[in-house]
Amino acid sequence: MSTAEDIAPEAPAQGASHHQGLVGRQPIAPDVIAKAKAAKREEGFPVLWLIAPATLWLLVFLVLPLVGIVVFSFWEATGHGMAPGFTLDHYREFFSAEGFFDPESRRYLTPTIFIRTLWTTFSYTAMVMLICLAVGYPIAYFLALQVQQFKWQLALFLLAMVPFWTSYLIRAVAWLPMLGRRGLLNTFLVEIGIVDKPVGFLLYSEFGYMMALVQLYVVLGIGPIFFSLAKIDKSILEAARDMGATPFQIFREIIGPLSLPGVAIGMIFIFVMLMGEFATAVVVYGGKTSTTGTVILNYYAIANYPFAAVNALMLMLAMMIGVVIILRIVDIRKEL
Amino acid sequence: MARWTPERRRKAGIKAGFSVYYALFILFIYGPMIAMFLLSFQGKRGGTGFPMRGFGIYWWEKLLEPSTVGDLQGALGRSLILALIVMVITALFSTMLAMAFRKKFIGSGALFYTVMAGLMVPGILLSLGLASLMRQLGISPNWWSSGLGVHVVWTLPFGFLVMMAVFNRFDSRLEEAARDMGADEWTVFKEITFPLILPGIVAAGLFGFTLSYDEFARTSLLAGEYNTLPLDINSSLTQRIRPNLFALGTASTIFSLFLIGLFLVIYTVLYRRSR
Repeated sequence: MSTAEDIAPEAPAQGASHHQGLVGRQPIAPDVIAKAKAAKREEGFPVLWLIAPATLWLLVFLVLPLVGIVVFSFWEATGHGMAPGFTLDHYREFFSAEGFFDPESRRYLTPTIFIRTLWTTFSYTAMVMLICLAVGYPIAYFLALQVQQFKWQLALFLLAMVPFWTSYLIRAVAWLPMLGRRGLLNTFLVEIGIVDKPVGFLLYSEFGYMMALVQLYVVLGIGPIFFSLAKIDKSILEAARDMGATPFQIFREIIGPLSLPGVAIGMIFIFVMLMGEFATAVVVYGGKTSTTGTVILNYYAIANYPFAAVNALMLMLAMMIGVVIILRIVDIRKEL
Repeated sequence: MARWTPERRRKAGIKAGFSVYYALFILFIYGPMIAMFLLSFQGKRGGTGFPMRGFGIYWWEKLLEPSTVGDLQGALGRSLILALIVMVITALFSTMLAMAFRKKFIGSGALFYTVMAGLMVPGILLSLGLASLMRQLGISPNWWSSGLGVHVVWTLPFGFLVMMAVFNRFDSRLEEAARDMGADEWTVFKEITFPLILPGIVAAGLFGFTLSYDEFARTSLLAGEYNTLPLDINSSLTQRIRPNLFALGTASTIFSLFLIGLFLVIYTVLYRRSR
């Protein structure tokens, strides 16, 4: 904190010279300028003290665990834990165990259960993400460009975003009284006569699972898309309209491209969250499908930490591939 | 009243279409919660489905009784304490970080991406990494140690982004003026910076509170012997589901809504005062 002492005695002189400069247009003494510059450089609290606590925290609780996963994936599994060592067995198991082995060509013909699970996780994620985008985009569009009054815009936006701040697990549980055989939806369908007796395919089915995932994650996309749409200068749209552009042209040429950064950020957000998903499959799908997240938990439960780590790394890798694909389609840096 | 030209009529039609879509969307988002809310008032002999058999607060009263499985009240208490600590740390760290990022410094890019990684790394990975690391080191996980650690990793990027946005619109000339008048750094912070960024700090902190209170994946392997509320709810899912779970879910959702309302009120008051 040397800045405090440095500035305090200097300040009156600085003020005086400044005043003089205004009145008499006399040049300011060079040493005053030098001192002012030196003081300017030290403005504010020292950076190191500001970043040290959070940096240390992130090292211990974020960086170390991730490094740990990489290291442990090469360690030996002892049956009740792990021991330091270097083995590629767990990777071998991930890529070759349980697959159909063809003795003729000495190759595995079908991918392993782990690769298939990762693929299922990935494809569900991609599908749900696209549905979220299709469902959420018009909402963001409506809020940003159709609702004119700011008061209403804020209120309707908050109403759509509120579920993000409520418990994700409870929102998953809430699908049970909604979709069950005697749930709200079935009761409603029977009541208005669309079906004559409750249907069973709503809950513990792929349909229910996807519905729940979309409902749980769609809000993550609406925020970023809304903000990128709200930033669009309305006069550009007016100009385009005055020059005779059709609404479709305006969307294709102006609104669409300008909202791409928001779309990309929302998609990445949804994608990453969905890849780590594991609880919804149990609650809403009755555990009929497993995600790589469940595989990781299962292997953790039987104390095979290295194999859980391999699955975690592969999940991370798939996530990165997904994010790269999204960024390939939408170059955020170019759009920002 | 302006005349209804075809152009105006078309526009009104589009807006009406979007409004209907928005209403359906809200129904989709809130429908399950409404079903849960209704069934939490199920009669004593009713189950987890419709039609409801009677109407009452039997299952809500069940929440207050000492539970046979799990430890609901204890879990709620732990979740609240944890969320409060996370709130304070998130507000503090994100303010400090955002203040540091007002200047350029070596490694600022790396630090920025590390903070943001907290948002991107799935909770299950963090849980696995830290849990196996601690196991190897012989440290037992606890909700107030390892649980707290990963919660802050998750809430910090949100708070940090809020504070970055606050400082982006911050008028540094006010601080310069104070410095020119001879104020030391602490005085500048206490008298000028802090009152102006207080709404942001409150926002960052409350973000931390709600996100921590609801967090499940990150604590799943790291809470140790005692459960937090989301973990307790998760373990109750393995039992036969009864309407008291719906009462609990409704109560928790109402609490979250209350927090959001409180947040909006505090933020509006502070924001007006800071102008």
